Amino acid sequence: MEQDTKEKIENIINDNEVLLFMKGTPVMPQCGFSAAVVGVLSHMGIKFNSVNVLEDPEIREGIKEFSDWPTIPQLYVKKEFVGGCDIIREMHENGELTEYFQEAGINS
Amino acid sequence: MAMTAAEIEELILKSFPDAKVTIDDLRGDGDHYAAQIVSEQFRGLTRVQQHKMVYSAMDGKMGNELHALALNTSAPKN
Repeated sequence: MEQDTKEKIENIINDNEVLLFMKGTPVMPQCGFSAAVVGVLSHMGIKFNSVNVLEDPEIREGIKEFSDWPTIPQLYVKKEFVGGCDIIREMHENGELTEYFQEAGINS
Repeated sequence: MAMTAAEIEELILKSFPDAKVTIDDLRGDGDHYAAQIVSEQFRGLTRVQQHKMVYSAMDGKMGNELHALALNTSAPKN
């Protein structure tokens, strides 16, 4: 990964408490897995920012290496990688996600 | 490009010989699977760590040949 791509990713992650790397936008997701995570966050009333990786091929590839995670979406909370679609869904279903956001000091 | 459920299971068992693996072909298109994997190797690890282990067992195929593999990982219940 190029150094400036890495810095770009780090800067976005540092600047946004709840950040979703996704395909498309929250209003117009371009992939069912991204849509699922948007759905969970919206349902919980969590405010989040998003990066549309389809608009930036460098970030699209770079974030996979950065997180050591092969798929999109990817959720970051306070600079920590929380997971992709399966993990977010599972954590939502068993209530862990609510606890996670509370502990992170993110209010809905 | 697509993979069969048997190929996925084989890759998983190579890295997790003790695992109990269940694979569902979600759409019957050979491209969207769900795998349930129970292995002692997952014990004490976070879900992110567990899934990373499975992705690395998939040998770079995840996100390439294989578009979607929904994961559910856990250690055996005592």
